Amino acid sequence: MERYFQPEIECAPREEILRIQNEKLLKQVRHVWDRVPYYRKKMEDKGVTPEDIKSIEDLHKLPFLSKADLRDAYPYGLLGMDLKDCVRIHSTSGTTGKRVVAYYTQHDLDLWDDCCARAITAAGGTNEDVCQISYGYGLFTGGLGLHGGSHKVGCLTVPTSSGSTDRQIMFIQDLQATILCCTPSYAAFLGERMKEMGLGPDDIPLKAGIFGAEAWSEEMRHDIEATLGIKAFDIYGLTELSGPGVAFECSAQQGMHINEDHFIAEIIDPDTGEVLPEDAQGELVFTSLDKEAFPLLRYRTRDICQLTREKCSCGRTHVRMAKPRGRSDDMLIIRGVNVFPSQIETVLLNHGYAANYQIIVGRVNNTDTLDVQVEMTPEMFTDNLGDVEAKQHELMDGLKAMLGIKAKVSLVAPKTIPRSEGKAVRVIDNRKI
Amino acid sequence: MSVKQISVFLENKPGQLNKMTKVLADKGINMRAISLAETKDFGIVRMITDNLIEATTVLKEADFIASLTPVLVYRVPDEPGGLNRLLQAFSDAEVNLEYMYAAPEYMVFRVANTEKSEAAVASRGFRSLSQEELSEE
Repeated sequence: MERYFQPEIECAPREEILRIQNEKLLKQVRHVWDRVPYYRKKMEDKGVTPEDIKSIEDLHKLPFLSKADLRDAYPYGLLGMDLKDCVRIHSTSGTTGKRVVAYYTQHDLDLWDDCCARAITAAGGTNEDVCQISYGYGLFTGGLGLHGGSHKVGCLTVPTSSGSTDRQIMFIQDLQATILCCTPSYAAFLGERMKEMGLGPDDIPLKAGIFGAEAWSEEMRHDIEATLGIKAFDIYGLTELSGPGVAFECSAQQGMHINEDHFIAEIIDPDTGEVLPEDAQGELVFTSLDKEAFPLLRYRTRDICQLTREKCSCGRTHVRMAKPRGRSDDMLIIRGVNVFPSQIETVLLNHGYAANYQIIVGRVNNTDTLDVQVEMTPEMFTDNLGDVEAKQHELMDGLKAMLGIKAKVSLVAPKTIPRSEGKAVRVIDNRKI
Repeated sequence: MSVKQISVFLENKPGQLNKMTKVLADKGINMRAISLAETKDFGIVRMITDNLIEATTVLKEADFIASLTPVLVYRVPDEPGGLNRLLQAFSDAEVNLEYMYAAPEYMVFRVANTEKSEAAVASRGFRSLSQEELSEE
């Protein structure tokens, strides 16, 4: 039976959600206008005042915020409250080299915890569960976000943070952890280590995992589910909007429900900024409705995905977002073709390789080169050179079919691709452009 | 008696083969025969050792990927026509050789059907060596 943390909101009729969104948006636009001069100036430049925003129908009139704005406004430019009312900051991992600092009041933390609690409950979590948080604690939002959610649900929370893999496995076994929260690449790594220790899915009590903070493929989900003997749930979020829990997966595992009482989602054309129909593929844009300290309006996530309002079998009414095809900054342009690391991962897993890979992009004689390094596995190896080469070529053909461009495949020795306890480093771009 | 050959995956870059031989050397494992097949990107070491179980264990512990393949090992007389007589026996039995390699005293053969091929050649007086024999010397 599906469980909800806040059923009256999670399953509210569409009209009720719209009513909440309209009411909160008007208040939030006024708050930003009054408290955030940086955004007020953007509105003035566009000739928009709070009076022009009468409902979410008028949302498109508001200017966008981009990562560049967050950098320009660093560290206090987008602050919507006095610092004395703020109780915490978090910061992005800076994977794209641009660090962002976000502020939270106690109210902001409470609503973020609620969002994470909805995600844990949707994954089957109750106060009878032991929830191990193996996301990093600290500036990164993963650890403390799920930690807060786990408390709200009433799980026994095990704040292991990331790292010390053998100790993680020991805690899972000794404390009978039933829910694991970490990045999907770390979940895969834990599974790999368990196999080495001779442990199978039946040797651990885990039943569910909540994995996010990086793009992962459906194939990787199947792998992790089989290795750990769990149901693996995706969770989505950005530090800019609070952290994990902006959207989360339910038992249907058909897209992530966006917490629409807290965030309005739009899909736009990333090139023109034009608002697209929700079911079109485009860039996801979020307006935060409740956040006091870091109230971002129309923030461009750079995540490419699409939304659906089709009725979900879980009973929740909030719109669902597809797994982002990739962040537009993860997107590589190789010989003029758009390539997402997630597409490469799909091909690798479909060909029987593990998700231990690295993508090396280079440039030789003004032509881009794409080299996919993947670790050899015992299952793929034989004494026959021809067989191994044939598999290498099959993989190259698979990549060509998926990407539309040729990629070189290098088979590398096991454990030579660095493992990550947080976000995996999948791409090394050596091009000097 | 067929013997288990250990095949090991190696990346084609400096020091890889040495890394593997060091692992075996440190454990006092003796290689009876070794060959290296390579492509531009990777190589496969095929070898016979004096201690199969120990060798596969230490290789695995050192994160090498190794697989086992049955092969036939013969002592070939060091004299003109020595190898020819053995190969004639294989030809007459229509055995297809996938690959072969030599050590000072032995020839190692990978064939399509190990047991059948071994029996066919045995009828011509060629006896393949056992794992024990390779461990003892």
